[in-house]
Amino acid sequence: MCRLFAITSKEPLSPMVALEALDVMREGHDCSGVGIFLRDLAGPFDEMKDAPILSGIFSDKGLKRLDTFMMDIGFMTKYKISVKLPKTPPAGVPKRDVYLIRAYEYPEEWEDLSQEQLYEQLLKIRLQLRAMGEEKNDMIVFSFWPDVIMIKEIGDPMLVARHLNLDRKELFARVIMAQGRQNTNYAITLYACHPFFIQGYSTMTNGENTAFVPIRSFLESRGFPGYTGYQSDSEVFTHILHYAVSKLGLGIETYKHVITPLQDEDLKDHPNRNFLKNLKQTCRPLIIDGPNCVIGCLPDHSLFMVQDRKKLRPGVVGGKPGIYAFASEICGLDAAIPNRDKSKDFQPMYLDTAIVGPGRQEVMLWNQKDPLPLPH
Amino acid sequence: MESERPITPSTLSIKDLPWQILWDKEKCTLCGKCTAICPVNAIELGVFRKRLLDPPADIMQTPATAFKSYYGIRQKTDPAYRCIGCAMCTLVCPNDCIVPFRSDEADKLKFHVDQGGQPRRRGGRRNLPGGILDRLKFIRISMLTDPALDAGRHEFEMRTLLGRVLPPEENLKFLSVNGWIPPVREIYPLIIGAMSFGALSPTMWEGLQMGVAYLNEELGMPVRICTGEGGCPPRLLRSRFLKYVILQIASGYFGWDEIIHAIPEMKEDPCAIEIKYGQGAKPGDGGLLMWYKVNKLIAAIRGVPTGVSLPSPPTHQTKYSIEESVAKMIQSMYMAWDFRVPVYPKISGTSTALAVLNNLTRNPYAAGLAIDGEDGGTGAAYNVSMNHMGHPIASNIRDSYLTLVELGMQNQLPLIAGGGVGKNGNLAANAAALIMLGASGVQIGKYVMQAAAGCLGSESDRCNICNIGLCPKGITSQDPRLYRRLDAEQVAQRVVDLYLSFDTELKKIVAPLGRSTSLPIGMSDALGIDDPNVAERLKIKYVV
Repeated sequence: MCRLFAITSKEPLSPMVALEALDVMREGHDCSGVGIFLRDLAGPFDEMKDAPILSGIFSDKGLKRLDTFMMDIGFMTKYKISVKLPKTPPAGVPKRDVYLIRAYEYPEEWEDLSQEQLYEQLLKIRLQLRAMGEEKNDMIVFSFWPDVIMIKEIGDPMLVARHLNLDRKELFARVIMAQGRQNTNYAITLYACHPFFIQGYSTMTNGENTAFVPIRSFLESRGFPGYTGYQSDSEVFTHILHYAVSKLGLGIETYKHVITPLQDEDLKDHPNRNFLKNLKQTCRPLIIDGPNCVIGCLPDHSLFMVQDRKKLRPGVVGGKPGIYAFASEICGLDAAIPNRDKSKDFQPMYLDTAIVGPGRQEVMLWNQKDPLPLPH
Repeated sequence: MESERPITPSTLSIKDLPWQILWDKEKCTLCGKCTAICPVNAIELGVFRKRLLDPPADIMQTPATAFKSYYGIRQKTDPAYRCIGCAMCTLVCPNDCIVPFRSDEADKLKFHVDQGGQPRRRGGRRNLPGGILDRLKFIRISMLTDPALDAGRHEFEMRTLLGRVLPPEENLKFLSVNGWIPPVREIYPLIIGAMSFGALSPTMWEGLQMGVAYLNEELGMPVRICTGEGGCPPRLLRSRFLKYVILQIASGYFGWDEIIHAIPEMKEDPCAIEIKYGQGAKPGDGGLLMWYKVNKLIAAIRGVPTGVSLPSPPTHQTKYSIEESVAKMIQSMYMAWDFRVPVYPKISGTSTALAVLNNLTRNPYAAGLAIDGEDGGTGAAYNVSMNHMGHPIASNIRDSYLTLVELGMQNQLPLIAGGGVGKNGNLAANAAALIMLGASGVQIGKYVMQAAAGCLGSESDRCNICNIGLCPKGITSQDPRLYRRLDAEQVAQRVVDLYLSFDTELKKIVAPLGRSTSLPIGMSDALGIDDPNVAERLKIKYVV
């Protein structure tokens, strides 16, 4: 099973906070890998919120190809974190040349692009880089987006963290998501490692997605270039979120109605039954059949957790104004925010969506039987 | 009786027939029940001559032979009266002394059944056991990476959609801008397929309708039943139960005068309208109700004279192109109910199914596509059509689904599969396999007749006389003496039994796959087969 941890804090935190929480929960995962998502960055990146940051792993050759490619488009390096690696990686961690975290200046010609066009271009470049990397096996790209850093590696999360020296000021962030396991259902590849990211939306999941194949077919046939790859059955959760919010214009409280709609009996009594019945029908191929716990982050820096209809996976949210965390287990929460009011911890059940907004003041709960908010 | 039987080209012996009657003289009481019940008069009371040897012990006496006669059951060998293997004689025999056996070799009858130049016509099935559906296995068993579900205790929602489902982007926009979207029905994925009032006896029809009503109203299972081409009894048209009924219109338009005139008086809309363009059992051939079955009641409902055969044309005569045939008819039928009732075409399995499907994808009104494979049944057809025409359902459905996936329309046009679903008794497994290949629902006909009314047909050319109105179980007969054998209440009870057991079996299949909240349409990663060619063709896993 995977173990998940996400935290949002007014004060920037080291990624180690999340990794230590994962470590406390290590009985629940096999320490086969780690994925970290950082957003609302502090340190040097705080000054360059709009600059797209490329995160990935490169061989020396790959890095040269990257530089040529980016320069041809007109991207200039604005800032980079140099990760000095010890000569030999710890046991179970592959030897890599470069872990790249690099912020770019946009090409001058892009100045007139609308934000939507800009986001489209960023996605296109990430996909191009991924394809280039897959061709020559010399680069792996996790994200290319403003104010977002992603790090993924195979191996024990704590060993990886020490190996990469993640406890450094430049990596402090206010929103952190971390996951402690490689995908074991399919072949080991870093593209199968959570969290997944697309155009500002990121999610990580606990549990296998039994409806993966029909969902994948549906997403792939939407005609959107970003809905591709799918080395992991959990990647579709991120893409469904992106599709629901960004393509269909739905709110986060409706995401759960897409992936695990109410049963007809409950729908009958819902104030928004007409809309929800239509949503259930038209988004039928996106219904997940669980068992899954999804933790995700929205472009506005909100964090959320939803459980599927079966509620077979663990998940808890707790904290205090200014700092809240989502964890698979309470011990993870204890490790990260020990001095909170534990009586207010909440374990979302099969109808709940728990959201901590960008203000980090409270946990908002949406029960699926609640009326939906007015249109955004 | 002539001392020498004449030998003509079509003189057959009992050995030449497909079914041979075994009769036990010792146990027979000569009660005559078997000869009375035989629907085709294949057996008669016979007088047999027997020589008895009675050699005396005294060698001085002259040996003597005595001749005696006795009465018994004789099987006729005239092709017109051949035994059909229905075994009604066995059913009624108080002493279990008579039973038909299938011949141990290919029969000679088939060379002589066309007496008078009339090729064999019959009802029933293709008479070919086996088939690919039974060989598909469900291989993706949830275990540790995700737990299997409890089929008995978990909550399930095994429903499907019938109707044009707009894509998410358009659906939400349509709803807010137009306030109207194409009608969509949420129904149970196992549909009782088209069997007409006329092809079926009144008791059978009534039993099916009662069973369906009970399932809906008492058990909350939204089961639907299709009328077939033969109209619909006027009281049903004007009742609230019409909402459980899919009205079929076919090339003969039988009964539609009555239906159209009833529209203003309808309390409920029908579930949907099925436009029949083809039937899996006899593709490219129209419907057929032979004259034997066209009695006063049937004639009245269909709007025809009594006692005439009713062959529907192979195609809708007023239409000449696919655009007209499909698009205009669909639109006309929509208009008849003010765009509140889904309308979809049904075709027989064919290599041209994709052309029809592609046309439907461009028709914003088409509410689905039903495809009836070669193993579908019929009340009457030419033997040659049944045995040699048609297309298997598995690859037809798979190709259609994958075409829809390519177009991104897999949720927009529901595919309904039919034709041999459960033909060997494995209804839930066959249905689930078709759903995972891409069908949104499945239609059954023969299975209901077997399970709910005790139809005798099997895949060995047994009975198969649905066409001449002599159904010994009263299922497909219009003769009150025959259909009174069938109790409509008991048929209804069996319909309910079969749906409940199907539902449990379906859960027993999907629960171990980790599925419960939605029907696993197109979940092809769950399917495997031990034949690499089939696996490649259907794009599923090859497992040995």
